[in-house]
Amino acid sequence: MILAWMIIVLLLGGAGAWAANRFSALWSRYISLLALAIDLVLVSVAASRHGQTRIGQWLVELNLNWIPQFGISFHLGLDGLSLLLILLTLFLGFISVLCSWNEVQKRVGFFHFNLLWILSGIIGVFLALDLFLFYFFWELMLVPMYFLIGIWGHENRVYAAIKFFLFTQVSGLLMLVAIIGLYFVHGRTTGIYTFDYLQLLGTSMSPAVAMWLMLGFFIAFAVKLPAIPLHSWLPDAHTEAPTAGSVILAGLLLKTGAYGLLRFVVPLFPEAAKAFAPAAMTIAVIGILYGAVLAFAQTDLKRLVAYTSVSHMGFVLLGVFALNEIAMQGALIQILAHGISTGALFVLVGALDERIHTRNLDNMGGLWAVVPRMGAVTMLFCLASLGLPGLGNFVGEFLVLFGVYPINIPLTVLATVGIVFATVYSLWIIQRAFHGPQREYPRLHDLSPREVGTMALMSATIIGLGLAPQPVLNTMRPSVESIIQGLGVGNSNSAVAGSPSSLDQGGAP
Amino acid sequence: MLVVAARRNHALTLTLTLLADAGAFASLFFVSSDVPRQVAALLIMDSYSLFYLGLILAASFVVALLSYSYLGRHREQCEEFYLVLLLATLGSAVLVASTHFVSFFLGLEILSVSLYVLIAYQRSSELSIEAGIKYLILAAASSAFLLFGMALMYADLGTMDVSRMSSLMSGKALSTLVLSGLAMIIVGVGFKLAVVPFHMWTPDVYEGAPAPVTAFIATVSKGGMFALLMRYFYRLGLDASSSLFILFTVIAVVSMIAGNLLALLQTNVKRILAYSSIAHLGYLLVAFLAGGSIGSAAVTYYLVAYFVTMLGALGVITVLSFKDREAAEMIDYQGLFWQRPWLAVVFATSLLSLAGIPLTAGFIGKFYIIAAAVGSTLWWLVFILVVSSGIGLFYYLRIIVAMYKAPPRATQVTVSSLSFTDTIALTALTMLLVWLGIYPATLIETVQWSVASLSKY
Repeated sequence: MILAWMIIVLLLGGAGAWAANRFSALWSRYISLLALAIDLVLVSVAASRHGQTRIGQWLVELNLNWIPQFGISFHLGLDGLSLLLILLTLFLGFISVLCSWNEVQKRVGFFHFNLLWILSGIIGVFLALDLFLFYFFWELMLVPMYFLIGIWGHENRVYAAIKFFLFTQVSGLLMLVAIIGLYFVHGRTTGIYTFDYLQLLGTSMSPAVAMWLMLGFFIAFAVKLPAIPLHSWLPDAHTEAPTAGSVILAGLLLKTGAYGLLRFVVPLFPEAAKAFAPAAMTIAVIGILYGAVLAFAQTDLKRLVAYTSVSHMGFVLLGVFALNEIAMQGALIQILAHGISTGALFVLVGALDERIHTRNLDNMGGLWAVVPRMGAVTMLFCLASLGLPGLGNFVGEFLVLFGVYPINIPLTVLATVGIVFATVYSLWIIQRAFHGPQREYPRLHDLSPREVGTMALMSATIIGLGLAPQPVLNTMRPSVESIIQGLGVGNSNSAVAGSPSSLDQGGAP
Repeated sequence: MLVVAARRNHALTLTLTLLADAGAFASLFFVSSDVPRQVAALLIMDSYSLFYLGLILAASFVVALLSYSYLGRHREQCEEFYLVLLLATLGSAVLVASTHFVSFFLGLEILSVSLYVLIAYQRSSELSIEAGIKYLILAAASSAFLLFGMALMYADLGTMDVSRMSSLMSGKALSTLVLSGLAMIIVGVGFKLAVVPFHMWTPDVYEGAPAPVTAFIATVSKGGMFALLMRYFYRLGLDASSSLFILFTVIAVVSMIAGNLLALLQTNVKRILAYSSIAHLGYLLVAFLAGGSIGSAAVTYYLVAYFVTMLGALGVITVLSFKDREAAEMIDYQGLFWQRPWLAVVFATSLLSLAGIPLTAGFIGKFYIIAAAVGSTLWWLVFILVVSSGIGLFYYLRIIVAMYKAPPRATQVTVSSLSFTDTIALTALTMLLVWLGIYPATLIETVQWSVASLSKY
C-alpha cells in the first residue's frame, strides 16, 4: 500500500493546497512542501525496507483488482529504475515549489493543486505495471499541465498549451490503440485477457504485428521525449510555461517518454525494437544536431534552453536503442543529469526574467558584474550542459557514446559533433548574457537566500552525479540487466555490455 | 399528472413528476426477477429493456429536477411542461422495449409529438418557435419515410413482429424490397439519432430549445432510439449483411469527421455541443459495428457515460441561463472559473469527459469503444476515431480556455446562488461522472448482464 499512498498523498496534498488558499497563499506552499516531504519519507521507507534488488525483482509491489472484466488491475511496482526517477520527481517537485515562491502570485492554491497532481501522475507513470493503469496516469498528468501552461504562462500561453495538449493526447490515443491491440493479441494466443505488464511480457506475435504495435507505443513516447519530427510542441510549451512548468516539463515529462521506451517498448517488443533500432538511432542523432543548431540560433534565452533539451534527449534515445547495457545506463544517467541541469537553467532564466523582465539575449550583457552569484551558478550549469567531465551530464553522454561506438561508428562521431555544438551554445549564453558590454539595469538584487539554497542543492547533486555515479549505477543495474536479458542471448552487443569493470571506469573520468 | 388541471402548483407538479420517475424506476427492481417476459406481442421486458428503462427514467428524473428552477425563472405557467416531459419519457421507454413495428412507431410518435411541444415551449422566444417548427417538419418527413419502409417490409414479409421477421429472413439473402424498406427505416432512425447526413436539424434545435429540453433530446431521445436500433439490428441478424455494414460505416465515418470539424467553427456553446453530439453518435456507431457482446456492451456503457456527461454539461448551461436569454455564447463563460469555481469545475469535468480524458466516465467509455473496435479489427474506423477525437479536443479546450480567462469587466454578473434542486442534480452528476471514471467495474458488470439478453435469440 505504500506505493499507492505515495500517489494519494500528492493528490490529497494538491486538494489541501487549493483549499488552504482561502486562508493564505503561504499555507498552500507549505502544504505542498509537506506533501512532498511525506512522499520522500515514504519512498525512503519503501526503498530501505527491502534492500538491494535482484534482477527481475520488485522492491515493493501492490496488486489490487480494479476492473476484473477486462483483466485490469491496480498493479504498482517499484524497482531501481523507478526509484531513481521518483527521487528525481520529488527533488524537482521541491525545486518547482520553491522557484515559484515569488513568481506565482495569482491563484496560488490552484497552481499548487495542478503542480501536485502532475507530480502524482508522473509518479503513477513510473510505478504502473498494468498497461491500462499506465495509460491512465499518462493522461492524468496532461490536464493539470495544460492548466499550468495556459493560466500562469507567458504571452503566447494559450496557443502553447493547446498545442502541447493536442500533440500528447493524440499520440497517447495511438498508444492506447496499441495497448488494446497487444491485449487482444495476447488474449487470442494464450486465452488470458489481461493488461498486466508482467504477463504481457514475452507475448509471441508475428513481426509485422509487433512492429505496428511497437510503433504505436514509440510515437507516444517520441512525442514526449521529444524526437524529431514530433518535437514542435516543445519549444512553445517550454518557453511559454511558468518556470515551475518548464522545470517539470523538461525535468520530468520528457523523462516519462524515455522511461516508457525502457520499460515498455524494448521489453514488450524486443525483436521489433531491434529491427527498428537503426532508424531510432538515426532519428536520435538528427535530434542531437538539429536541437543544438537551433539552440544556437535563438535569442530568447528560455527557447534556447528548450532546444538544448531536444539535443540532450537525443542522447537518451540513442542510448536506449543502442540496446546494450552500457548505453542504457548512460541514457539513465543522462535522464537524471539533464533533469537537474536543465531544471536549474530554467530556474535561473526565470529568476533573471523576474529581475530584468526580458528573456531576450540582445537585451542582456555584462550581468556578471551586477549579479555575480547568479553568473557563477549559470556558468556551472552551462558547463554541465556542454558535458564537462566531473559533472553528471558528462557521465551520461560518455557512457552512451561508449555503448554506441561498437554498433555504429559514424553515428557516434556525429553525436560527438553534437557535443561540440553544445559547447558553442553553452558558452554563447555566458558570453552574451553575463559578459560583454554592460547595459543599464535598474537596481538588481542577486540570488536570495532561498534561491541560493535551491541552487546549492542542485549544484551538489549534479557534481555528485558526475564524481560518484556508482551508487546510482548500482541501483539501476538490476533493472537494466533484466531489460537486456529480455532482449535474448542473440544480442550481438553483449560483448561490450558484459563486463561490469568497464562501468566503473566510466564513472571515474 | 392530471393534477395540473386541478391545481396549479409548480413545486407539487415537480414532486409528482419525480415520484412518477422514481416509482417507475423502483418497479424495475421488482420485475427484474421476472424477465424475460413478452408483453402482448408489442413489447418485451428483458434485462436489456430493464437497463435502458432505468437509464431513461433516471435521465428524465434529472431533467425534471433541472427544469424546476429554470422554468421558475422564465415562465409563469409551466406545470404542463412536466406532463409533456413524462409523455416523452414514456415514448422513449416504449422504444427500448419494442419488438414490433407497431410499438416502434407508437413510441416514436409519442416521443416526437411531445418533443414538438417541449422544444417550442418558450412561446416568447423566436428561436424556440423556429426550432420547434423545424423539428416538426423534419420529424414528420422522417416518420413518413419510416412508415413507408415498414410498409415495404410488411409487403414482402407479411408480418410486423420482429421475431417472426427474423425467422423469415434468416438464411436468405435480403430481397430488394426488404433492403429498400430497411434503408428507409434507417433514414427515420438516423434522423432521430442526428447522424450525418440526417443531422441538419441538430444545431438549430439544440440552440433554440430550452436547455433542459436540449438535455432531454441529447440523452433520452437519442438513447432510446439507439437501444431500439441495436435490438432490431441484432435480432434481425442484419450484422451479417455487408451492404448495411458499409452503409453504417460510411455514416459513422462522416458523422465523426463532419461533427468534429463543424463544431470547430462555432462560437455558441450549445451549437458546439450539438455538433459534438453528432460526432459522439459516430463513435457509438463504431462500437455498434464492432458487434458481438463486447460491441453492444461498449455502446451501452458509452451511452451511460454520455447521458451523465451531457446532463452535467447542459445542466450547467441551464443553471447559468439568464432571465431573458440562455448563457450559450462563449463570452458568457469567460472567467467563470474565478467567479463560480464549482460550476466551472462541473462544466470542465463534463467537457473533459466528452473529450475522453481519464478520471471521467467518458474515458472508460472511449476505451471500451476502442477495445470493441480493435477486437473486431476495424482499424480504419479506429484510426478515424482517434484523429477526429483529436480534433474534438480542440473545441472542448476552447471552452475551458474561455472559462479560466480573466472575467470580462464590462458585464458585472450578479452571482446568484444555486437553487437546492440544481445543486443536488449537478453534484450527483459530477460525482457519478468521476466515480464511473475511477471505478467502472460495477457498471460494466450490470451492462454485461443487460446486453446478454440481446444475444439469446
